[in-house]
Amino acid sequence: MSETDERIARWLETNTFHHSEFWDMQELVRAKHEAGLTISLCIPTLNEEKTIGKEIIVFKSELMDRYPLIDEIAVIDSGSTDRTLEIAASYGADTYLSADILPGHGFKPGKGENLWKAIYQLRGDIICYVDADIKNIHAKFASALVAPLIYRPEIQYVKAFYDRPLAVSDEVRPSGGGRVTEILVRPLFSMFFPELTALMQPLSGEYAVRREVLERLPFPIGYGVETSHLIDLYQSSGLDAFAQTDLDKRVHRNQSTTDLGKMSFGILQTFLNRLETYGMAKDLPELHGLFRQFQAEGRRYEQVTHEILEEERPPMITLPEYRERHGR
Amino acid sequence: MAKSIVNRGSRETLLAHREALGNLREILFANVVMAGEIPAPTGYERRITRFLSDRFTECGLDNISLDQAGNVAGVISGKTGRRNLLVAAHVDKIWAESEDHTVSVGVGVMSGRGLADNSLGAAVLATLPLILDELGITLDANLILLGTTRSFGRGDLRGMRFFLENSAWEIDSALCLEGMALGRLSFSSLGMARGEIVVEVVRPHDEESATEVSPGVVPTLSELIEAMLAINRRGCPDTRVLIGSIESGSGYSVPPGRGLVRFEIRSLDADRVSEVEAELVQLVERFSGRSGTTVGIEIIARRRPGNLGLDHPLVREAGEILVALGLESRVEPSVSELAALLDRRIPSLTLGLTKGENRHSPEESILLDPIFDGLAQLVAMLQFMDGGDFTF
Repeated sequence: MSETDERIARWLETNTFHHSEFWDMQELVRAKHEAGLTISLCIPTLNEEKTIGKEIIVFKSELMDRYPLIDEIAVIDSGSTDRTLEIAASYGADTYLSADILPGHGFKPGKGENLWKAIYQLRGDIICYVDADIKNIHAKFASALVAPLIYRPEIQYVKAFYDRPLAVSDEVRPSGGGRVTEILVRPLFSMFFPELTALMQPLSGEYAVRREVLERLPFPIGYGVETSHLIDLYQSSGLDAFAQTDLDKRVHRNQSTTDLGKMSFGILQTFLNRLETYGMAKDLPELHGLFRQFQAEGRRYEQVTHEILEEERPPMITLPEYRERHGR
Repeated sequence: MAKSIVNRGSRETLLAHREALGNLREILFANVVMAGEIPAPTGYERRITRFLSDRFTECGLDNISLDQAGNVAGVISGKTGRRNLLVAAHVDKIWAESEDHTVSVGVGVMSGRGLADNSLGAAVLATLPLILDELGITLDANLILLGTTRSFGRGDLRGMRFFLENSAWEIDSALCLEGMALGRLSFSSLGMARGEIVVEVVRPHDEESATEVSPGVVPTLSELIEAMLAINRRGCPDTRVLIGSIESGSGYSVPPGRGLVRFEIRSLDADRVSEVEAELVQLVERFSGRSGTTVGIEIIARRRPGNLGLDHPLVREAGEILVALGLESRVEPSVSELAALLDRRIPSLTLGLTKGENRHSPEESILLDPIFDGLAQLVAMLQFMDGGDFTF
C-alpha cells in the first residue's frame, strides 16, 4: 500500500461520516451554542420555483423553529423569471438578488457569483450551501454537513455525498459520483491530486465551510467553483481540512449530456488554470472559452458553439467593503 | 352540558386562535411535506406510523404505542382525566409504494399524491400537541391521538376497528381528521358493501386460434356493468351502486380473458344494501351460467349505517363554529373511520381541514391558508367536547 493509499484509508476512517451519526439534534444545537458559532444557510437559485418552497419550509421548520441550529436562511438569486423569489419569501427565507449585493463590483451570471456574494451578505461563522433542485429534501442536507464543523474544530470544509449505486453486488456499494465526476474530475484528480479522489462527490452542491476559509478562496463564477475550492484548500491545508458526509440519497433533475459537456468544459478550464497557478503544468497554450458541440438534422451537420468563460472573483477578504461589514 | 364555544361570545377567540396558529406555519407545512412524501399503501404504513411516533415522542406525549394492527397512539394527559377524547386520522394512502410521492410547494398551495387523503390529516395529528401548546390550552380530558392503519379498500377500517375492540381507553367522543373538505358536516355513515366481480373466459388449449374467434370477456363485462348501473335507474335515490374501477386486458388486439369490476353499494338503509347485494349475487349467477364464462363476486368490506343526528350537540356546535369562521357547511355522510366509531355508538364527527382539488389523482392539491380555519375549528370542537358528556 502506497503512502497516498494509507493517507486516504486513514482519512476515510476518520473524516467520512454518515448522517445518522448526527441524529441527536438537541446535542448538536447544544454543541453549536457551546462553540459560540453562528450558521447561515445559503440556497443559490435560478428559476427553481418547483422545489424552493419545500426546501425553505423543511429547513425553517426543522432547523430554525424546532431545533435552532441555523441562524439565517437566505436565497441568493441570479435573476429568476419564475416565482422562485416570491415563493421563497412567502415561506420566510431572506431573499436577495445577486446583482443587488456589492453592486459596485457588478454582476456576473453564474452560480459561483451567488456563492461568493453570500460570503459578504450572510453573517454566519459557517456557511452551508445547498442546491435548490433537491426533490427529496430533508433537514439532514444541512445539519449533517455542519455537524462535523461543530464537533471537530480542525475540519474546515464538509462535502455531501450520496448513494448512487451503479450496480449492487455482495456487500460492496460502488460509491459513484455523477457522470462528470467519474469521467472527468476523478481521472484528473487521480493524476494530479490523488488524495482528493477520496471525496466521493467532489462536485456536489451541498457543502458547509468556515467563513475564515471561504473568505480566502478565489471564486470561479461558473462550473469550476467547487473544483477550484477543493484544489485551493487542499494546496493550503491538505486533506485533513476536509470531511464528507453520506446523505444516502439525493433526487434531483437529470441534466442532458449536452449540458454536462458544457459543465466539463468549464471545470477543465478551472483545473488547467489551477495547474498553472501551482506550477504543475508548463507551457500551456492560452486557454480560450469556446466550446464546440455538434448537431445533426438529416444529413446536415452543424456546429454549435458556446462561450464559456470561467471568470474568477477574488478572495472576499481582499474587498474593503467586506472587511468593514464583517470587522476583519 | 358543554357550553358552546361560539355562543359564549368567543367568536373573537376563534379568530384569534386562527391568527395565532400562523406561528406554527412552517412546522405544520413541513409535517405535511414529510407525511406526504412517505409512501403508505394500505397494509404498509410502518414508515409513516414511525414518523408519527417520533413526533409524539418529541412533543413529550404519554403512552406512545404501536398496536398489533400497526396503529400509532399517544396521549396528552388531561387535568382531570375524567373523560377520554379521541382524535384520529388514517395514515394509509391509495397510492402504491412505487408511485412518485414528491410534494411540490407553491404560493398558498401544495400538490402531490395523497395530500388531501390523508397526509394533511396525519400532519395535523403530528402537530396537534404543538397547536394546543401554542394556544395555551390544557384540556381536562385525556386526549388520545391515533394514527390508524388499513382504512382503504380491503383494509376495511381494520386499524380503527382493532383499536376500538382492544384499547383500554373508554372513548367519550371522537373526531376523525380528513384533509378535505373544510366545511363538511359528517355526522353519519352510510351503509356500504364493497366488493369485486371477476369475469373469466375459459380458453381452449390453442390460445392463438382462440383469439381469432373469441371476443374474450368484453361483451360480458359490458352487459354486466350495464345491468349494475340499471339498479341505480330504478329510482331509489338513497341507494347507489358505484363502480370505482374496471380492469381488463393489456394491449390493443388481444381480447382479454379476465376482467375485474370494483364496486360499492351505498345506502342510508342497511336493508337496502343487503337487497342490492343479493341482487348482484343473482346477476353474477345468471352470467356465470353462460357457457365458457365464469363470474364470481366477493364482498370485501361492509359498513352499517349510523347517524348522530342533525340535532346532536356536537353537530350543532360544529355547524355554528363553521358559521363563526365564515364558512359554508355541507352535510356529507362518510364511509371512513367515522363508521366504526358510530357503530360503537361513540359520538363522533369527521372534520375536513382545508379545501383542495383533484382528490385521488396524481395532481391532488390542497390550499394552505384555509388549513388555519380547519385548525381553529378542530381546537374549538375539542374545547367543546372537553366540557360535556355526550350521549349517542
